[in-house]
Amino acid sequence: MPVNHTTLESETSMLTIHDLSATVANKAILKGLSLRINAGEIHAIMGPNGAGKSTLGYTLGGRPGYEVTGGSVDFDGQDLLSLAPHERAAAGLFLGFQYPVEIPGVSMVQFLRESLNAQRKARGEDPLSGGAFLKLAREQAALLKLDPEMLKRPVNVGFSGGEKKRAEMVQMGILDPKLAILDETDSGLDIDALKVCGEGINAIMRRPDKAVLLITHYQRLLDYVKPDFVHVLAGGRIVRSGGADLALELEEQGYEGAVA
Amino acid sequence: MTALPTRHDEAWRYADLAALAPVWPIATETIVVAPGETGARTLVVDGAAVHDFVITLGAGAEFAFHLLNAPRGYGRVAIRVTLGRGARFHLGAAQVAGGEQTVEIVTEVVHAEPDAVSRQVVRQVLAGRAVGNYLGRVVVDRGAIGTDGEQSIRAMLLDRGATANARPELEIYADDVKCAHGCAIGELDKDGLFYLASRGLPPAAAKALMLQAYLAEAFVGAIDEDDLTTAALAALEHLL
Ligand SMILES: Nc1ncnc2c1ncn2[C@@H]1O[C@H](COP(=O)(O)OP(=O)(O)OP(=O)(O)O)[C@@H](O)[C@H]1O
Ligand SMILES: [Mg+2]
Repeated sequence: MPVNHTTLESETSMLTIHDLSATVANKAILKGLSLRINAGEIHAIMGPNGAGKSTLGYTLGGRPGYEVTGGSVDFDGQDLLSLAPHERAAAGLFLGFQYPVEIPGVSMVQFLRESLNAQRKARGEDPLSGGAFLKLAREQAALLKLDPEMLKRPVNVGFSGGEKKRAEMVQMGILDPKLAILDETDSGLDIDALKVCGEGINAIMRRPDKAVLLITHYQRLLDYVKPDFVHVLAGGRIVRSGGADLALELEEQGYEGAVA
Repeated sequence: MTALPTRHDEAWRYADLAALAPVWPIATETIVVAPGETGARTLVVDGAAVHDFVITLGAGAEFAFHLLNAPRGYGRVAIRVTLGRGARFHLGAAQVAGGEQTVEIVTEVVHAEPDAVSRQVVRQVLAGRAVGNYLGRVVVDRGAIGTDGEQSIRAMLLDRGATANARPELEIYADDVKCAHGCAIGELDKDGLFYLASRGLPPAAAKALMLQAYLAEAFVGAIDEDDLTTAALAALEHLL
């Protein structure tokens, strides 16, 4: 049984969340959540609707309106909570949205190229040329089997639910983060798309210097992206942690059975 | 047009009269499009400037006017158009202003004969304590049946001190006329801004990207669409 609640300092710690509390609209949602993710690991978070899973993702991403009322988050040696959202991205954090936002009039290509180059600038790297960017974008679209023509369209506008999720993974491939928090990337995907996205996540993120936090309701994504650890988030905290088997147990017994 | 206008003059009620005085009187530019002909005009107002146009479209003539009003001080573009039978007039205008600036677009579109079509699309981005005005009168003369006139006016206010005055007016003296106008004043979509930020775009760049897209609605169909979009982005970057 893998041990996650260790307090040992390790050089490979990617994300250490300590006793995190957060409110949304003055309502306490996260209530002392602790979690540690090391480089090279894939973690899954499951939990009932309204438990605070998306709130955890948004709080780590720095979304306005999600107010941290206690605790700390260390991301790769930096105080994550002191950074603005765009600085968190430049530091290597990627948030895959449960509901990707539509932005009329702004093309995917322009948006992603400017985003990538803003991140590179923040890290003191040279910008990618238009040609080099397009090559990278086409490669990542091919990896996720997304029609590259879609990259010319306005961000997420008129994309189907599944196309939006696939496009999120293309964005992840282009931005090449250290840590990806993927909020229900599997919801809305058809059976083939689920396999393509699962394999895409492995190809992009399963590396010794990267880590993934998957938020999901179902085992099916975990068949492709095998987690090293599975956690149950309920009532704003992690109430149970285990290995990959825990997801199977949850699927059989439900949260009430498994957490009781 | 020799005496300086006053606030009692409807078309000048929101104008920056102090800025107007030194450039008064204004020369009028006249454009005539012969029956059946097509014309177009693109204007980027980037200095301190006041423009006055009088446009006459003959029967079946078409004219498209695209403009960006992003001056350093007061900027005004007044356009008076008279449409002959079956003529088509399109205005796509964007305004960008900040600080204590006043910018305005004042139009009078006269449907003098039947079956003419007019379309006006105005998009504005206003910051600081800027005032952005659109005064647009559509007049449908007696007998101008089958008139089709549309005004779509929107403004985005970036700061609490900014003001948009949108006054579309209809004067209809004919039957069987289709005239519509819509005005909307909004703020930037916060969810969109966070989405862009979460990918690494700093706030000013994220705003500029969204506002550029918003203004671009005014430039659809312009021959110099790219130039207008580039000039609009430069004006936005200056503002943010
Ligand atoms: N803007 C808001 N105003 C008020 N309450 C909110 C707001 N956003 C979230 N909440 C509440 O916070 C709680 C946690 O929501 P969250 O979206 O994090 O749940 P979740 O675990 O992701 O659920 P699901 O599995 O349905 O996606 C819910 O009770 C929700 O109603
Ligand atoms: Mg959720």
